[in-house]
Amino acid sequence: MSALSAVVADSATITRRNLIKVKRVPDLIVFATLSPIMFVLLFRYVFGGAIDVPGDVSYAEFLLPGIFAQTIVLGSTTTGASLAEDLQKGLIDRFRSLPMSRAAVLIGRTVADLGLNAISIVVMALTGLVVGWRINSSVPEAIGGFLVLLLFAYAISWLMAVVGLLVRTPEVVNNASFMVIFPLTFVANTFVPLESFPSVLQTFAEWNPVSAVVQAARDLFGNSVAGAPAPDAWSLQHPVVYTLLWTVGFLAVFVPLAVRLYSRTSTR
Amino acid sequence: MTPAIVVEGLVKRFGATTALAGVDLSVPEGSVLGLLGPNGAGKTTVVRTLATLLQPDEGRVEVVGLDVVRDAAQVRAAIGLTGQYAAVDEYLTGAENLEMVGRLYRLGRREARSRAAELLERFDLVGAASRPAKTYSGGMRRRLDIAASLIARPRVLFLDEPTTGLDPRSRLGMWEFIADLADGGTTILLTTQYLEEADRLADSMVVIDRGRVIARGTGDELKAQVGGQRLELTVGRGPDVALVRDRLRPLAAGEAQVDEQTRRISMPVSGGTDALAEALRRLEGSGVEVLDVGLRRPDLDDVFLTLTGRGTEEAESPDAAEQAGREPATTAGGAR
Repeated sequence: MSALSAVVADSATITRRNLIKVKRVPDLIVFATLSPIMFVLLFRYVFGGAIDVPGDVSYAEFLLPGIFAQTIVLGSTTTGASLAEDLQKGLIDRFRSLPMSRAAVLIGRTVADLGLNAISIVVMALTGLVVGWRINSSVPEAIGGFLVLLLFAYAISWLMAVVGLLVRTPEVVNNASFMVIFPLTFVANTFVPLESFPSVLQTFAEWNPVSAVVQAARDLFGNSVAGAPAPDAWSLQHPVVYTLLWTVGFLAVFVPLAVRLYSRTSTR
Repeated sequence: MTPAIVVEGLVKRFGATTALAGVDLSVPEGSVLGLLGPNGAGKTTVVRTLATLLQPDEGRVEVVGLDVVRDAAQVRAAIGLTGQYAAVDEYLTGAENLEMVGRLYRLGRREARSRAAELLERFDLVGAASRPAKTYSGGMRRRLDIAASLIARPRVLFLDEPTTGLDPRSRLGMWEFIADLADGGTTILLTTQYLEEADRLADSMVVIDRGRVIARGTGDELKAQVGGQRLELTVGRGPDVALVRDRLRPLAAGEAQVDEQTRRISMPVSGGTDALAEALRRLEGSGVEVLDVGLRRPDLDDVFLTLTGRGTEEAESPDAAEQAGREPATTAGGAR
């Protein structure tokens, strides 16, 4: 078996194993779908009336791409917690003693989590359509929008893999990730227009990759604010390129780092 | 016979702690080695190094003629590892667990399936094969874990404390499985804290303490070092325990241990029941109330007492890390 086909075969085996868990623990899928629905309804109806978006676009249209981005970035934290759990239960030791690819456990994990994220995005999109969100672009553009979101989340998964292998306790992984994820997803154009931020935060938000992901999704779904002032920052003028740069950068750093940590780590 | 496992001058440090301070082992192909020692002696570190999970700091470590660092991938294809904690996926069924591991050993789909079925049968798990491992008892998980490590018919099998935490019946069953494997020609290195277990399963034994080999040989050879049987007696209130010991001293074939708290005396004796009768005769009329008296065969504790002057209980080694490894890690720790 060539090295590449071995990686693919092993990763498929591990992905299958992770998805079986989703099947056996229905709570996982229930909460993976319920919490996005809750977010959509909460922001749409609780804040929707209070938050003014510039130009002529409904808050539902402005909001949904933001919710998509926040939810799947949060969804990526599963990667870290699940790896920490495998480490704690001695499964990583077993895998490391097998003649399998060193990257397969990580690829299988991140791919399974990508699958879960894809499910939540579909659920959110359907809920969004019910509460007034619309796709105002072409089919290829809309597909592009979903792809950009999922790709970015996939890159975050690898960052979380590194966190999980370093922190090694699922609960701590969760808390540590929320510390990072919440500021990143809130100090952005996710829920409110950037113009409402004080200037320092506004600069941060403009260059925050989450803002770019959201902007890219809005552009690709045709939810951008018609008649709103054009963004000043290059990052938001070219959100797709900027997002892909971050995605590639994250993968280039965290894939090798995670594989390296995995090869050296072990229980305790 | 060619050795299936060769360890020469193995040194492993964790930060400032030296877990292994130069360990030598050689296990002939097809034989069983019992690696004995108290908690924290370094047993697990030896196994983990042999199984390519840890890299040695110094020394030569070879399994089936392959270097565990340089040829790690090939070593992994030839070994099976069962750690102290059953490393099975709780959400997968018994059969799914085995098939997954089989696939990762690069067995074909059909072969993985048929091997899994075979092992479920052999380890008496057929009835539970399609239940998630979450529902298994401790003994069943352990059996599933061993079955997983056997799925690709490894030439060398590492069993790290395979019976710790099992009830007596499961322990006996596990012993039978291990004995069968050994009869089938698998080279086995097993760690244990129980001399009885090693005695029953192993062709030879190595005793380690604080990262060093302190004795090696067959069970009989080790017990001979300890010196035959031990006389143990517990006395009730009355004269000083030390006084009792002095009365019995002429019978002792070695140093006697006295525990003032429990008023217990233990000493190696030769002569078996004659020594027992003589001891009681010597205490007659001394006003000593004997609560309990008996002869027993030496165990690992005695081997330890004899070899190190300490019991296994107090044999805490500087390798606290191995102790910590017994509990799921609850704090962040450095990558090992």
